[in-house]
Amino acid sequence: MTLLSVEGVGIDFGGLRAVNDVGFSVSPGEIVSIIGPNGAGKTTLFNMISGVYRPQRGRIALDGTDVTGMAPNRLAERGLSRTFQNLQIFQRMSVLENVMTGCHLRERGPVLGDLLSLPSSRRRSAATSARANALLERVGLARAAEREASSLSYGALKRLEIARALALEPRILLLDEPAAGCNAVETEEIDHLIAEVAKSGVAILLVEHDMKMVMRISGHIVVLDRGEKIAEGAPATVSRNPKVIEAYLGTQAAEAGDAVG
Amino acid sequence: MTMRLSRKHLTLIVLAALVALAPAFFPSNFYYRIGSLIFVNGLAVTGLVVLIGFAGQISLGHAGFAGIGAYACALAPGYLGLHPGLAMLGGAGLSGVVAWLIGRPILRLKGYYLAVATLGFGILVSMVLANEAGITGGPDGREVAELGLRSALAAIGIGLNNAQFWYAATGLSMLAGAWVALNLHDSPSGRALRALHDSEVAARTVGVDVARLKLQAFVISAVYASLSGSLLALMNRFITPDVAGFLHSVEQVTMTVFGGVGSVPGAILGAAVLTLLPQALTVLQQYENLILGLIMMLVMIFMRDGLLPSLMRRLKGRE
Amino acid sequence: MPELLQYLLSGVTVGAVYALVALGFTLIYNASDVVNFAQGEFVMLGGMITFFAWQAGVPLPLAALLAILAAAAIGVLLNKLAIEPARGAPVASLIIITIGASIFLRGGAQLVFDKQLHRFPSFSGDDPLRVFGATILPQSLWVIAGAVAIFLALWLFFARTLTGKAVLATANNRIAASLVGINPNHMMTLSFAVSAAIGALAGVLVTPITLTSYDLGVAMALKGFAAAMLGGMGVPAGALVGGLLLGLIEALTAGYVSSVYKDAVAFVLILAILFIRPQGLFGRGTMDRV
Repeated sequence: MTLLSVEGVGIDFGGLRAVNDVGFSVSPGEIVSIIGPNGAGKTTLFNMISGVYRPQRGRIALDGTDVTGMAPNRLAERGLSRTFQNLQIFQRMSVLENVMTGCHLRERGPVLGDLLSLPSSRRRSAATSARANALLERVGLARAAEREASSLSYGALKRLEIARALALEPRILLLDEPAAGCNAVETEEIDHLIAEVAKSGVAILLVEHDMKMVMRISGHIVVLDRGEKIAEGAPATVSRNPKVIEAYLGTQAAEAGDAVG
Repeated sequence: MTMRLSRKHLTLIVLAALVALAPAFFPSNFYYRIGSLIFVNGLAVTGLVVLIGFAGQISLGHAGFAGIGAYACALAPGYLGLHPGLAMLGGAGLSGVVAWLIGRPILRLKGYYLAVATLGFGILVSMVLANEAGITGGPDGREVAELGLRSALAAIGIGLNNAQFWYAATGLSMLAGAWVALNLHDSPSGRALRALHDSEVAARTVGVDVARLKLQAFVISAVYASLSGSLLALMNRFITPDVAGFLHSVEQVTMTVFGGVGSVPGAILGAAVLTLLPQALTVLQQYENLILGLIMMLVMIFMRDGLLPSLMRRLKGRE
Repeated sequence: MPELLQYLLSGVTVGAVYALVALGFTLIYNASDVVNFAQGEFVMLGGMITFFAWQAGVPLPLAALLAILAAAAIGVLLNKLAIEPARGAPVASLIIITIGASIFLRGGAQLVFDKQLHRFPSFSGDDPLRVFGATILPQSLWVIAGAVAIFLALWLFFARTLTGKAVLATANNRIAASLVGINPNHMMTLSFAVSAAIGALAGVLVTPITLTSYDLGVAMALKGFAAAMLGGMGVPAGALVGGLLLGLIEALTAGYVSSVYKDAVAFVLILAILFIRPQGLFGRGTMDRV
């Protein structure tokens, strides 16, 4: 029951091997985390899986179909959705409109109908608006719906991106550091949200620096270092792996032990 | 959404009221003509709001489409025996097709590269119009047939003089154009366009077919430009290749950005101010360029979002 | 054959002017990411100021120097008063600002000077030189030599001097450059001064051949912009190749196809090249970082 399978993918930038020969798989309802020090290639891997970069080596399959190098919008049509580490918010749109745009695949229709505001177009907008409002409720942003997105705090923007990604009704959701810049309470909320989404059968691929969170919610962890996979397995196994402690946790081993313990 | 709908309707009501009530203050027929010029420009800049303001794609060649629209009205009645009104629609269709054909490769370009490609297109159109004198009449221009709608209206009891008729015709066209653009703004396609403007990569990941939507915006704005060119030709009964020239393209982009590129009423205000300004400056004719250039720089430096959005923000701030 | 040579010679002459204007675009673009549509006005200022100073009795070389310095000063003012305050504005706004500056300078020139066509004497007389059956004006040689000298000087400046390397570093990464102690604003000011001076020099060199008037800036800016894009915006060598290529194509088209469509062919070519290589002939491709 594999939904996403990544086999031996790699990409070079200039002479640099950004990612090399990485493989793993994610099943529906499973939470898989990718961890590793800064520059390990986590975001680059995300960009390849979501079609932003075309892998130079290897193969990516979604639900058994080869989707290597497929454009992001085609992947979205197949149920792959993502958030961004450094936020890609639609700044000049309202919070509500951001999430409504996440429903694009569901609400799009003939442009002529949109130009003339035909009833069918208005109906699509109204339905989307209702759905988007419900999602904002879910991430705790309902009261900010009409505000301009750029006016939100960093933590709120992170949640807005998750709501927008969920609006797609994804089968697999890629979250790039969803808890970065969030306080403890917000992190816990995001934590719950992710677990809840996974429980509904969505496969989740997570990049996160908050080790406590990763250890708590992941079913499976993939460890990258300098573009290569150095370990994978259940949280408890990975955190005891000497290679991981050396490469990833390094001098912070004590702190990591604390985090794991 | 009800709030948003009412904003759209409010905008339309204010625009319609201004168009309808302004003639009460006109001391002479000449002012109907200036009003018509504002509306023709207002229609063109509304199309540019869709392209530049919504989709974030620059064009320095949209006058090329105005040229196609204008010369469709000038040539089709004589060569094809088409009614000028149908020629206007035919020109709009032709502009749409041309925009669709050149938009596919051009819109892969970004920023300044897109600017130079569109500029190249506009210059090609104006050059063909100027150089194929055997067909187009060349740089000296040519006459345009009478639309004939005014006499038809007179026959059913609506008697308007020429200036009044064109004031009404261009005013209604501009209002219709504004209505369509405002519809688009809050529609699924409009959201997708504005989304790709803010972040192309995020728009893609939510499923927006970026190339297709940019192309749609390009075609829509080309149709606007074409219609405005047709109206100008029919109203003046005369047209020269300048309508397609680089300066005309720049003038319209300037009006749009000056008034507020993301806002339909803003761009129309920009069209009004920059159409009126040269009229007001005719007294200071030798200073016209100096003042125009200065105003363009000052507004863009101190009111980055354009005249109307900046003014609105200042008003809101004071409340 | 003499025909072809004749076209090539006139193409190279015009191309050298385009290359200089394109170089001005490129220098400013590198320092500030701004495409300065007022670039053509510097060419106009170079010719006009030289003419009026010369007419007032200033010796021609001194008049030319005066014009170049004045243009450089105007370039610096343009940067300080209009470009720096608008830092970070969207492309469309920056285009309007520089086009506004172009209209402003044109309006100023029309007031301070006049609306006539002007010419001052060629530097080395007007007797055409014969080359394998074709002819070339001595002034054309001045234009070509001027362009060669400027490109050489600039290459030395970038490759050999610390300031030149600082300019390149700023173009590459503004923040990193400021971290190592380079002041990006100084680099911008320098770039505007230098590219205005180069534009003015082009104006001085070409005026005896093509004459000058207050309104030639737009056409110059368009051609220079096109040449810079052709070569790849931001690459000095691209400006040289783009300018020469544009000049040659125009001359060959005018000679063999049709003189009225010489500008058209240039733009068709630019469109074609942009479709095949959207970053220009020498430009580097970029990858969006997310």
